[in-house]
Amino acid sequence: MAQVLPTGLPSTRGRRARAVAFRVLMLGALAFVVGPALWLVVGVVGRALPGWRWNVLTTLSQGTSGGLANAVVGTLVLMAGVLILAGTTGVLTGIYLSEFAQGGRGVTVVRVAIDVLAGFPSIVLGYVGYVALCVGLGWGFSLLPALMILSFMVVPYIAKATEAALHQVPTSYREGAEALGMPGGHALRRVVVRTALPGIVTGLLIALSIAGGETAPLLYTAGVTNNLPTWSLLHHPIAYLTYYVWTDWNQPTAAAHVVSYDASLILVVMVLAMLVVARLIVSRTQRHAESAT
Amino acid sequence: MRQRASIDVIGARRDESSSRRLRRVWAQREESLWRVGGRVATLVPVGALVFLVAVLAVKAWPAVKVNGGSFLTSTAWLPGNTYGGVEHVHGVTIPAGARYGAWPLIAGTLQTSAIALVFAVPVSILTAFALTEGLPGWIARPVGFVVEVVAGIPSVIIGLWGVLVLGPFLARHVYPLVANRIPDVPVLKYLGGSVGYGEGLLTSGLVLGLMIVPIIASTTRDLFLQVPALPKEGARALGMTDAEVARRVTLPWVRSGVIGAAVLGLGRALGETIAVAMVSGSVLGVVSPNLYGTMTTIAATIVSQLDSAATDGTGFAVATLAEAGLLLAGISIVVNLAARAIVHRSGALGAPVGRA
Repeated sequence: MAQVLPTGLPSTRGRRARAVAFRVLMLGALAFVVGPALWLVVGVVGRALPGWRWNVLTTLSQGTSGGLANAVVGTLVLMAGVLILAGTTGVLTGIYLSEFAQGGRGVTVVRVAIDVLAGFPSIVLGYVGYVALCVGLGWGFSLLPALMILSFMVVPYIAKATEAALHQVPTSYREGAEALGMPGGHALRRVVVRTALPGIVTGLLIALSIAGGETAPLLYTAGVTNNLPTWSLLHHPIAYLTYYVWTDWNQPTAAAHVVSYDASLILVVMVLAMLVVARLIVSRTQRHAESAT
Repeated sequence: MRQRASIDVIGARRDESSSRRLRRVWAQREESLWRVGGRVATLVPVGALVFLVAVLAVKAWPAVKVNGGSFLTSTAWLPGNTYGGVEHVHGVTIPAGARYGAWPLIAGTLQTSAIALVFAVPVSILTAFALTEGLPGWIARPVGFVVEVVAGIPSVIIGLWGVLVLGPFLARHVYPLVANRIPDVPVLKYLGGSVGYGEGLLTSGLVLGLMIVPIIASTTRDLFLQVPALPKEGARALGMTDAEVARRVTLPWVRSGVIGAAVLGLGRALGETIAVAMVSGSVLGVVSPNLYGTMTTIAATIVSQLDSAATDGTGFAVATLAEAGLLLAGISIVVNLAARAIVHRSGALGAPVGRA
């Protein structure tokens, strides 16, 4: 607090100029965030829209031309798989850390592991998936190694979001449930988790948008194919949207560029849709919470 | 504990039907199911981490033996003769003439991350101020959403935009403004010279900067919201301007948390792969002579070289990439643990936004 009072007071004019400069800098910084974001979305949409045909969604890819039906379905399959694998693991981890963990060394190890895993470079994850699962175990480019690697990547987010959401549940809810004689597990499911559900779902949506938008961990685990995904977990490669953005943008033909831009547009729309839904959930529950108090 | 006992009393009634009994047993057991399920789930992140590090270490070991300490300083990136002769070094079979040094990759990784931080830290802090104090709510909310969108845009799309739109624009209209005015003297020379076509060091750094702004800005915003109103109001009552309150009250209050957020952003910048692979120019074995030259990073090298490395029959190229990956993972782990220590000490709850 000793610093609060400036020792040598500058002139009033200098202070006023600095106050104005601060506002200008603030707006300038905003321009550096909002400007590129809009430029980026307009740049991608502007390239994709002129050549956009709806049958891109229904025709199969031929590599550097054709549609993207296989990639759209593949990305949705990957997201569904991540929702099942990482969703279960992450939510259960978050519940355990928030509701059952008593502290101690084991819990610290889990927390550190989650933080380190969240910051693990995605391409190194992909490398390990390729070397150990696809080649080492002989699974080939296929769904299971891709799902495992993606899940390793997003479990930390889901666990953290779940834990944070559970921490927001008022203690009085838990006490009320206990006072009414609810068994612990029942109270956890029907009162605590249900109250935290919007936060958990938001975390899952963000994790899904990460999973749908990743490229590096998938390039050497999922492979690519011009066909729709099969039901087999192993030995059958699976296509995904980011692959076509990554591969086709610098191919020599205009058709390939169109594939790349179309895949970008679909990805941007998917991510925006998920963010808007997450936003709506948050703002609706916030209004609900405000009216309840 | 008490509610369990009461159920036991009710459950002792002799006229209990079998479905009631089932429900009672379930009610007693449900909590332990959640507990056991949760404990099993926590094994996944721990196991995953052990698995990742173990695979990297085992795979990298031959490369560590052959490449030795000069891996960190050498600039060679020679896959050797992959069609014929092999040599044996320290009991490892490698293609004849294969020599690998990671210095250009390390330098590129550190340079791009440094540029990203120089851009992102001030922008993020000022954005956080604008979101919490500078702007009225009706405009702060949509701007906050835009920040979230930037966090959610797939990196391959940011890379696409960077290489097709941003890079060429900067190389044509912005870089020359600086580069052409730089005199040919030792240190400043780094800012001058050829600006290329927009793929390279500075563009990569700026793209990374844009990508980590959401991470730093959202954490910083949450920190600013935790600063109590009283000292700020007191400072204002003493006649301080908004700028002085920001610099002398708000920022010092959460300084260590802001540093932690910046380090978290650094972690992301170090490991970012796809966007950098697209805008860096991806040249191997070269440290950029100036701020604009083409280069590559550890992550970008792994993604662009793994394909061709797999054609090395001795497996030495793949092992070398494992060594590079181990190096990158090591840097990332240290940086993330440091960020964790700093943020936890400052009591900020890291909100999960995008990939940190």
